[in-house]
Amino acid sequence: MEILRFTTAGSVDDGKSTLIGRLLFDSKLIFEDQLEDIQNATVKRGEEGINLALLTDGLRAEREQNITIDVAYRYFATPKRKFIIADTPGHEQYTRNMVTGASTSDLAIILVDARKGILTQSKRHASISSLLQIPHIVVCINKMDLVDYSADRFDEIVDDFEIFAEKLEVDDITYIPISALKGDNIVNKSEKMPWYKGSTLLYHLENVNIISDKNLVDFRFPVQYVIRPHQDFRGFAGRIASGSVKKGERVRVLPSGLKSTIESIVTIDGELEEAKAGDSVVISITDNIDISRGDMIVREKNLPTVNNRQDAFLCWMNEAPLEKGKKYILRHTTKTVNVYVKEIVYRLNINELHREKTDELHLNDIGRVELETSQPLFFDPYINNRGTGSFILIDPATNVTLGAGMIKSAVAEIEDKLDIPRKKSPNTVWEGWNIARAVREKRNAHRAAVIWFTGLSGAGKTTIGRQLEQRLFAMGLQTTLLDGDQMRHGLCSDLGFTEYDRKENIRRISETARLMFEYGNIVICTFISPFANDRGFARTLIEPGRFFEVFINCNIETLKERDPKGLYEKALKGEIKNFTGISSPYEVPENPELIIDSTLTSPDLLVDIVMKKLVEAGIVKG
Amino acid sequence: MSISNKHLKTLEDESIYVFREAAAQFENPAILFSGGKDSIILVHLARKAFFPAKFPFPLVHIDTGHNFSETIQYRDQLVEKLDARLIVGSVQQSIDEGKAVEETGPGASRNWLQTVTLLDTIKKYKIDAAIGGGRRDEEKARAKERFFSHRDSFGQWDPKNQRPELWDIFNGRKNPGEHFRIFPISNWTELDVWQYLKKENIELPSLYFTHKRKVLDRDGVTLAYTNYIELHPNEKVYEKTVRFRTVGDATCTGTVDSAANNIDDIIAEIAASRVTERGNRSDDKRTESAMEDRKLQGYF
Repeated sequence: MEILRFTTAGSVDDGKSTLIGRLLFDSKLIFEDQLEDIQNATVKRGEEGINLALLTDGLRAEREQNITIDVAYRYFATPKRKFIIADTPGHEQYTRNMVTGASTSDLAIILVDARKGILTQSKRHASISSLLQIPHIVVCINKMDLVDYSADRFDEIVDDFEIFAEKLEVDDITYIPISALKGDNIVNKSEKMPWYKGSTLLYHLENVNIISDKNLVDFRFPVQYVIRPHQDFRGFAGRIASGSVKKGERVRVLPSGLKSTIESIVTIDGELEEAKAGDSVVISITDNIDISRGDMIVREKNLPTVNNRQDAFLCWMNEAPLEKGKKYILRHTTKTVNVYVKEIVYRLNINELHREKTDELHLNDIGRVELETSQPLFFDPYINNRGTGSFILIDPATNVTLGAGMIKSAVAEIEDKLDIPRKKSPNTVWEGWNIARAVREKRNAHRAAVIWFTGLSGAGKTTIGRQLEQRLFAMGLQTTLLDGDQMRHGLCSDLGFTEYDRKENIRRISETARLMFEYGNIVICTFISPFANDRGFARTLIEPGRFFEVFINCNIETLKERDPKGLYEKALKGEIKNFTGISSPYEVPENPELIIDSTLTSPDLLVDIVMKKLVEAGIVKG
Repeated sequence: MSISNKHLKTLEDESIYVFREAAAQFENPAILFSGGKDSIILVHLARKAFFPAKFPFPLVHIDTGHNFSETIQYRDQLVEKLDARLIVGSVQQSIDEGKAVEETGPGASRNWLQTVTLLDTIKKYKIDAAIGGGRRDEEKARAKERFFSHRDSFGQWDPKNQRPELWDIFNGRKNPGEHFRIFPISNWTELDVWQYLKKENIELPSLYFTHKRKVLDRDGVTLAYTNYIELHPNEKVYEKTVRFRTVGDATCTGTVDSAANNIDDIIAEIAASRVTERGNRSDDKRTESAMEDRKLQGYF
C-alpha cells in the first residue's frame, strides 16, 4: 500500500471542507464519535442536517469564525492507498499556508465553483502548485448540481483553465465534475452526468501513478547525524534525498570533494545491498574522512551544483518584510548557513504570473531573488529535485521561519531580461577552491580559524595579536596576521574614516581573512572594528565554529593614560574627527566568543587565555 | 486482511528522520514514555534510528500515581532490557509540593495535573526537546500539530502562531527557557500503529488484550474499577471481558468490549470500528475543545 499526500485548496465557499467530509463519509471513514461531535456542533450553530465541513475545521477559534486558518492534516485509507490530506485555507492572505501544504504533496485538488468559473483564487492555487512542483493537479468543478449538471458549463470552465495552465509547469492536469454536497463523482459515479466518461475523484486518487515522480537518478545523501558506537565504526545517518546507492559504489564527499567507496549500508534489520530515495539508513565508507552534519555524500561522477550564490523563488511568510542586505539564517537539507538577499529581481504576481518590479517582499509575496550564502550550498534545481532544491529562511533574532525558497540555479548562470543593476563583474564564475581547506588542514595537522580582536584604540589588540601569532608560529602552525595600520598602508590606502570607507575597509579585510582562512591559516585580525554589523559580516564569511570574536575590554581612563600614539590627546582636543570611543561610537560585542580585559592584566597572560580557548575549540592541540 | 507493508516502511523512514533531527538540533532531548503503545513504538523507532549506537535520550515517565500495575512492570522491564535512563516525574509529588491541586469528587482525574508535573520535569532536567507519541489522527487539535512544535518559556502552545513547516526542513531554533515538543509519528494512524506492532513483532503490555476485570459505566464510557475511583451513588461495579484501546491514567481510560487476544484480531476490530480511539477517553469528553484547551497549557 502506497501513501499519497495531497493538498486541497479552495475557500469555504467552494465547498472544500464539504468535499473532504464527503470523501471520508462516503468511504465510511468518519467515526461515530466524530459524527456525534459534528452533529452536536451543527445543532449548536442552529443549522440543520450534518455540516460535513465541521469535520475538518479543527480549532475552536476557526470553528467560530467559519474559516480554517492553518494547515490541518487528515488521514484516511482505502484498501489500495493510505491518504494524507494537507487541508489549507484558500484566502488570499494565507498563501503561506498553501505553500506549506503544497511542499509535501504529490497531488493538489483545486476546487472551482461551477457557477463562478475560474476565479483569481483558482489561478493562485494553480500557480502555487506549479511553483512548488506538485506533480499532479486535479481540478474539481464543484456544485455541478447548481448548474443542472451541464456538460457545456463544464467544458467552458475546462477551456478557461487550459488557457491559464499553458503558463504553468505542470504535466498532469485532470478535470472532474462533482457535487461534494450531493456526492456526485466523489466515491460513486454520478448518474446525473452520463456525459462524463472519466473516473471518480476517489478512483483517480487511488490510481494516479506517483512512482515516477521521485528523482531516482541523482544520488544525494545529506548527512544528518554521525553515529559512533565504538572506535571501530563510524556511520553517517541520513535519509536519501534522491537517487539510489549500492554497496561498493564510488562516492564523493562534499564540501571536501574527497573520494571514497561505500563500505556498508546499515540498518537494525540487517545490512542492505542497495538503498534508494526516501530510505533512512546509516552509511559507512572505506576511508577515514572527516564528515559531519550538513555535509553531503554523492556519487563520484554525478555532482550537484556547488555555489554560494543562488537564484531562487522565495515565498515570504512573515509580517515584517524581507530586508535586502540583512543577515538571515538559511537551512538547506541538513546544512545551516548565514545568508544575505542581494537582489529582489521581481515580485511574481501569483494570480496572473506577471513580474512586478519591487524592492520589498511582504507577507504572502513570492519573489525571484538572488542570495549569497556564507558557505557554498550543494544543490540541484528545485524542478529536478525537491529535496536538494528547497530551503527555508530563519530570523536569527526571533528564530521564526520567515520564508520558503526554491532554487532555480546558481546566480551566474542566469541573465535576466529585467533591467536591474548587477554586480560589477557579472561574468565571473565562482569555480570553487583549487585545493579544499580540509585537505590543507589535514597536511597542516591543525584547523584553520579566524581570530578577530576588536576593541578601542590602545586596548592591546596589536600587542596581543602579535604575541599570539609568534606563539602559534613557534608551534609550527600556519598563521597570518592582518593588522589595521598595515592594511591601511596598502590594500586600503585609498580609504578614509567616513562610515562608508570604514565599512569598505572592513569588507576588504574580511574577504582577505576569508581567503587566508580557506588556505588553511589561523588568521589573526586586529581591528578596532567598532560596528557590530561589520563584524557580523566578517563572521558570515567563515564556517561556523571557526570564527572567534575576541573583545578586548579596557577602562577608558586607562586608555587615555596609555595613549601610546598620542591619539586620545589629539581626539580630545578635536584634532581627529570620528575617533572611536571619543567622537565616534563603539558597539560592544553582544555575544563574542571571548572577552578579555587588559586594564590590569598583562598581554602575556591574556595570550594564555586566548590559547586555552583555541585548544578547547579543537583548533590547536594543547 | 492482507496488505502490503510499503506504507509502514515510508512512515518508519519518516519517523527515523525526525528522531535524528531531534538528536542533531537539540542538546538534551528526551522521550516521553507513558507505557502506551504509541510510546512503545517511539522507543522501537529510536532504537532503529541510532543503531548500531544506543539512542541518545532518556525516557521520561509522568507518573499520575494512578497506574495500571501492568504498565509499570512493562516500563521497568523495557528500561532494563535497553539499559536506558529513566526519569520519573511524579504528579503525587507536585500535589504534595502544592504546585497542583487534586480534583475531588466522583469525576476526579489527575489527567489535567500531569501538565504541571510534565513542565516541572522538563525544567528540572533541562530538557529542550520532549519527544512524544502524539498522532495527528487522534483528535482535531492535534491535526494541526507540527513535527517540531514550539513551546514558549511557560510551556505553552500558540496554535495561531505556529512556525510554518515546509518540506522536511525542521526549524528547532529557540531561546533559552523555551522548548520543543517533537512528534515523530505524527502521520501514523491507529491502524498503522497496530499493523506496525504486528510487522515488527513488538511486545505489548497485557492490558491491550482481552481479559476479565472489574468495571463500571460512567458517561457512556466503561472504566476500569480501581482504588483510585470514587463511585457515584448509582454506579455499580461488575465484571466484564474487555481490553484497552489506549492506556493512560487508570481513572480516565475506557475499556472496549473485546475478545481480541492477539494483534490480528485487534487489527480486524479496528478496521471495523466505528469509534475513534480517543472516543472512550473521558478526558476528551469534558468540552468540545478539551484537547485544545489542555494543549494550550502545555499538555502532551
